Amino acid sequence: MSIDLSQFHQIFYEESYEGLDSMESCLLDIDCNNVDMESINTIFRAAHSIKGSSGTFGFKEVAAFTHVLETLLDQIRDSSRDIEPEHVDLFLQSVDCLRSMLAQLQADEAVSTDQSGVLIDAFNAILDGDSAAKIESCSASESENSQASTEADDSASDEAGGDSIWQIHFVPEVNMLRTGNEPLRMFRELGALGTLTVTAIVDEIPAFEVIHPEECHTGWDLLLDTKASKSAIEEIFEWVADEAELIITEVAGLFDMTDDSDVASSVADDAPVVPVAVVEGSPKAAPESISSDDAGKSGELAAKKVASKPTQKTPEATSIRVGTDKIDSLVNLVGELVITQSMLGQVGEEFTMEKLAILQEGLAQLEHNTRDLQESVMRIRMLPISFSFSRFPRLVRDLSRQLDKKVELILIGEQTELDKTVMEKIGDPLVHLVRNSLDHGLEVPADRIAAGKPETGTITLNAFHQGGNIIIEITDDGAGLNKERIRKKAIDSGLIGEKELLTDEQVNDLIFRPGFSTADEVTDVSGRGVGMDVVRRNIQELNGSIEVSSEEGKGSVFTIRLPLTLAILDGQLIRLGEQKYIIPLVSIVESLQPNAEDINHVAGGCDVFKLRDDYIPIIKLWEIFGVEPSTKELSESLLVVLEAGADKVALVVDDLLGQQQVVIKSMESNYKKVEGVSGATILGDGTVSLILDISDMVHMAGAYHQNGKVVSIGGRHRAA
Amino acid sequence: MALAEQSSLESVDEAIGGSTFAEDENLEQYLTFIMNDEEYGVDILSVQEIRGWEPVTPVPNSPAHVKGVVNLRGIIVPIVDLRAKFNLENVEYGPLTVVIVLRVQFDGNDRVMGVVVDAVSDVYGLSLEDMQTAPDLGDHVDTNYIRGLAAVDEKMIVVLDIDALLESDMRNPADLNVVH
Amino acid sequence: MAKILAVDDSASMRQMVSFTLQGAGYDVIEASDGQEALDKAKGGPVDLVLSDVNMPVMDGISLIKNLRQLPDYKYTPILMLTTESASGKKTEGKAAGATGWIVKPFNPDQLLNTIKKVLG
Repeated sequence: MSIDLSQFHQIFYEESYEGLDSMESCLLDIDCNNVDMESINTIFRAAHSIKGSSGTFGFKEVAAFTHVLETLLDQIRDSSRDIEPEHVDLFLQSVDCLRSMLAQLQADEAVSTDQSGVLIDAFNAILDGDSAAKIESCSASESENSQASTEADDSASDEAGGDSIWQIHFVPEVNMLRTGNEPLRMFRELGALGTLTVTAIVDEIPAFEVIHPEECHTGWDLLLDTKASKSAIEEIFEWVADEAELIITEVAGLFDMTDDSDVASSVADDAPVVPVAVVEGSPKAAPESISSDDAGKSGELAAKKVASKPTQKTPEATSIRVGTDKIDSLVNLVGELVITQSMLGQVGEEFTMEKLAILQEGLAQLEHNTRDLQESVMRIRMLPISFSFSRFPRLVRDLSRQLDKKVELILIGEQTELDKTVMEKIGDPLVHLVRNSLDHGLEVPADRIAAGKPETGTITLNAFHQGGNIIIEITDDGAGLNKERIRKKAIDSGLIGEKELLTDEQVNDLIFRPGFSTADEVTDVSGRGVGMDVVRRNIQELNGSIEVSSEEGKGSVFTIRLPLTLAILDGQLIRLGEQKYIIPLVSIVESLQPNAEDINHVAGGCDVFKLRDDYIPIIKLWEIFGVEPSTKELSESLLVVLEAGADKVALVVDDLLGQQQVVIKSMESNYKKVEGVSGATILGDGTVSLILDISDMVHMAGAYHQNGKVVSIGGRHRAA
Repeated sequence: MALAEQSSLESVDEAIGGSTFAEDENLEQYLTFIMNDEEYGVDILSVQEIRGWEPVTPVPNSPAHVKGVVNLRGIIVPIVDLRAKFNLENVEYGPLTVVIVLRVQFDGNDRVMGVVVDAVSDVYGLSLEDMQTAPDLGDHVDTNYIRGLAAVDEKMIVVLDIDALLESDMRNPADLNVVH
Repeated sequence: MAKILAVDDSASMRQMVSFTLQGAGYDVIEASDGQEALDKAKGGPVDLVLSDVNMPVMDGISLIKNLRQLPDYKYTPILMLTTESASGKKTEGKAAGATGWIVKPFNPDQLLNTIKKVLG
């Protein structure tokens, strides 16, 4: 019977990642002076479980690595060794290493043992280091065929003394037959010890033309079911053991129940070992049984998984775990919808004008149902932000050591939910901001004490809902932004003029400009070639915003505002000629009818509009989209002032229509990326309206006016 | 013994692999449509549905043959005018003007696109043997788009390779840069 | 048809074991820890128990001890799944009343061989 084990791989990955997560969080909580045995047990169990499953599914590298972890953990667990900070570090590194090994397996790549090899050596150094701790626990260097473990097996089986099943892997050297050793004779002897199953390994047999009758190219895998001891088996191979690859392992066994020295076996003594009558039915159709089993016993697990958009590029579909309460509420809502539908159906069947009120009531009910259903479906894609926050304890721990700073991390609002896609994309910007706060924000302990602050700094991550948005605040009680230094830096890099007057807010905002870095020296921690401008751009791509407020000497607060979901957008409908477009409401600063005297024509083709003290470049949508407008007279049009990155632009449109929530549809799923358009939506009348991509527009307008004359709008550099 | 068995197996094979089986397997159904009095065919398996012409939302800065996008039961579907694509002269859209909604393979994914044609004609079963490779048809149709020519009832049908035909309309400009 | 109670905290192992056993015509009941297994065992007799040793809530050894206290399970074969390094567990398991053991990692064939042997 051969079973395709790969069908269990996905669930193995999922449970292993979960195990590693719980290992990591337990490890981070460990206080080496006051060890909580329950956490040690949890860590041990996770390692043990990964080892057992990975071995079974043939992931040898993972199994061998978790084996050494388990060995050290076992010693800590049975108190034959105290856990030390050094161990915790090693375990944490192992967690990382295992994650990447699993990721390699998942991606069908070769598993690299470079990192795990180093770690295994480190573990072995600890395990071999002091002989006191060695006790009876078997050597850690045992991986596949070490003698230490076979010795351990030996003693155990001798104790047990019952039937055992031995697996014997026997590959003799090519010239075994010449030395007068006859495998058949050996197998006959083995057969006399019990029941023997022989499988020949014929992979190495050369082509018939080159084969030599006196050479042996065959190996054997034997399964022997016997009462005999290991030494009795070894005796049979005595003459060839030196000239063969021989691995004898005990794979299963039954205890000898004739020994009545303990209670349990005396109980079993009353009856033979095999008391159960077995009626073997015809084997069920295997695939059927697993699927029904899935639905039944593992029902909870199956129900928790709702496949989200299956991407064809990656082999495994991304999945999302959803609480059953969310599914239940969805089922209830669909139930209500069905009731409403049947009610409307009845009204429709024999409709008379008298029933108009009932029809209207039914339609109102339908609208209500639809809205609830929409919200519920959206909620399925929502995950608590703890998924994203959970990486920070580890990150902060590692970074603070690296930087010799003392930091306490406070996480608030971990249960705040947001869309899975938003979560995935906000991860990197958050990491960057936390790194930044730790590196540039918080002072070293000496400076903090000198400034009269507690030696340990604090970084707080706080997430909460506000209106239709989720707010994430990253607060540190460090030195705050140094406005003078920012100003100077901005002048040096030509971002602002020397005489330019800026409000505090504007100064703070400079750190989000491209080409700006506050650190005088690029450090290993924050200076990875990614600036705050990238953070802001990533957040804007999610239709969100970021700002910073800061008080010198007291600390800084970065505030990120994100939509709850990427699927819905608050939009402003505008008209240009016969076309209707949607502008994301979040990027609109204001809309106004311009006075002719506020519009100036700048040499180079670009018009600017004087809004209070600012000159704002004007973008004519009809020019960049090639659409015929109702009028080209600017004073008869409307200007929509938009925020594009740190800059403002004014978009010329014919008319402002209504504001509405729109469901975002992808243009790229059937067509391709269209410059200036971030997506499309379907309006109430069923027609398609395009959603404008503001930062794209700025770029397009720049290109439109670039007929030999360089006009930089807003000084924005784009990596197109 | 082995020899005798083998030869008998072969004869069975021959019997099965004879005329009836092979033909049915090679016969493919094609939907044909008319444009400029010429008849074109597309694999019917790639046809999702046929609709009448309805107004589209134009896509800015798109090539002239891309008329725009429409809402097809909640998904955004681009509409390509095949006359324009083949550099044929434009005609007014009339009541017979139809949009054939096609399922196109692109980068291993299914995409949905509509093509505007003059009128739908017929469905034919054609085998590969019926098809000849396309000669150069002049400058208005790129032979890369053509799977072959087939003669049915003394008519000539131009069988199109729609995946190749619409490929360039789905590729992002950035991807094109990579290709060059 | 023999009914087997398969106990393991690892979902992948549980699935693999029950798939293998069901494919060979056995009825399988799953449990993810000792306590759940004990509850399910009390719910009706099974013909064989296959249990992991290291599990949360209640480990395999305690499960075996508890099962042996139940009249229905005095003679029921109980196989424990151990890892090669945990040789001490074998002795513990024997004392608790286990019938035999299977070393992890194992392949489906080894599992079936052992189970067939025990169930006769």
